[in-house]
Amino acid sequence: MVAVQLNNLSKKYDKGKIVAVDSISFSVDKGELFGLIGPDGAGKTSIFRMLTTLLLPDGGSAVVDGYDAVKDYKAIRGRVGYMPGKFSLYQDLTVEENLNFFATVFGTTIRENYELVKDIYVQIEPFKTRRAGKLSGGMKQKLALCCALIHKPSVLFLDEPTTGVDAVSRKEFWEMLKRLKQQGITILVSTPYMDEATICDRIALIQSGKILSIDTPDAIVRSYEGSLFAIKSEGMYKLLNDLRSYENTLSCFAFGEYHHIAFRDKMKNYSEELLKYLENKGHKEVEMMPVIPTIEDCFIKLLKN
Amino acid sequence: MAESVIKTEKLTKRFGDFIAANELTFDVKAGEIFGFLGANGAGKTTAMRMLCGLSIPSSGKATVAGFDVYKHTDEIKRNIGYMSQKFSLYEDLTVAENIRFYAGIYGLSNKEIKDKSEELVHQLGLEGETKKLVRELPLGWKQKLSFSVAIVHQPKIVFMDEPTSGVDPVTRRQFWDLIYAAADKGMTIFVTTHYMDESEYCNRISIMVDGVIRALDTPYNLKKQFSANSMDEVFYGLAREAKRTGD
Repeated sequence: MVAVQLNNLSKKYDKGKIVAVDSISFSVDKGELFGLIGPDGAGKTSIFRMLTTLLLPDGGSAVVDGYDAVKDYKAIRGRVGYMPGKFSLYQDLTVEENLNFFATVFGTTIRENYELVKDIYVQIEPFKTRRAGKLSGGMKQKLALCCALIHKPSVLFLDEPTTGVDAVSRKEFWEMLKRLKQQGITILVSTPYMDEATICDRIALIQSGKILSIDTPDAIVRSYEGSLFAIKSEGMYKLLNDLRSYENTLSCFAFGEYHHIAFRDKMKNYSEELLKYLENKGHKEVEMMPVIPTIEDCFIKLLKN
Repeated sequence: MAESVIKTEKLTKRFGDFIAANELTFDVKAGEIFGFLGANGAGKTTAMRMLCGLSIPSSGKATVAGFDVYKHTDEIKRNIGYMSQKFSLYEDLTVAENIRFYAGIYGLSNKEIKDKSEELVHQLGLEGETKKLVRELPLGWKQKLSFSVAIVHQPKIVFMDEPTSGVDPVTRRQFWDLIYAAADKGMTIFVTTHYMDESEYCNRISIMVDGVIRALDTPYNLKKQFSANSMDEVFYGLAREAKRTGD
């Protein structure tokens, strides 16, 4: 069963000069955890705002939970949950008042759907009389998620829920999403962090309003052509420059502790020749090994093509 | 051994009963890329504000670029660069005007401003864009320009607060190329980030938890010390012990 369907969906701004979403089509199955992965300006927020009926498309169409995103906007608004990238709860209402407010607006009560938000809400319940504006980033994020969930939505849209959040809170947040998924809620989530992509069932890598690739994280990694090597030495900056000037290098970029390097001829083994080259350049303690590409490697490759 | 550009001893900041930064002792050498990590609310911003001369410590000692953080805050401000995730560029000024403005603020002469502008524009590959309003530039360009104006007066040290949030992986790396190049010329880089892979690009890293520096070493040694495979594991192991929540 399809929960969300986009057909050539488009959005332009500034009298058509800026194409934010460029004829995008994809579908998300019911119960799927689907990730839109891309940097700022890729078009993620525009897509979310069209699907949640807050923005009218300039072309194409979209269906959410069986309803048309333009014609049936009222039906959609009652059925989906939306957590915008910018904190949008009432800063001068308390934690509990905010949650109550959203429950009431959607014609329900906290008690009725408490089971759904319980895991998350208990973490912020000690602060339920605190005003939302006074919460920390991690707690704001949890409250926003509770408010988006309290009416038991069929589809949940989360726009960059982990941006600017530290690595520990990010991990916790994704654990929460996995548990929600088990309850059968379809989740569309966007993130600029490539490492979060692997937790999704399927992902779309997007850039400049276009989809570069769409598949399961595993399949995207498997579709990476050629071999990739990790390499390090004592002087990493010099190493990067020297590797880039090596004649057989296709691409080389910093990747955490190592640099990742791909060669022009995919089939040839350059290891020995390269190590000699680096030795001549004065590098010491060079360490090189083949590695399995990550989603980030795939994204970089797609961006360069 | 290179000279210390930042030197702190038991540097502390209290807000009432709350100790935001608790007896921080560390030093940063000239030309070093120093990663300053910690969860939200760990006290990074408070520490950084003291080092930039924007907040007077409650106790302890510190010098930045040779100047005392209690007495010489104006000299500190003149001798450091600062770049934050929220750009301090003027959106409705052009690229050239922004460079001229910052260079002027930092007291460069007209001749220096002209030479420096040309050099920066060339270095960033923005030759065709100097008359464009900053508002019209893609995020990645803004970040690069932001960094360039932060170091237009060639400070000994530049403080960067999450400089790479939100950009694509290629742009993020191009940005680090600029950082590497600046450090290679002897500039000290003091940087915070939420990207753990970027912490690996630093020469040394400190990790703050609840106002205290819990770990400080090279990425390699930290991984050894905490028997971890990645900096992500090191950070996660330390930061989840935090009792404090908050920004």
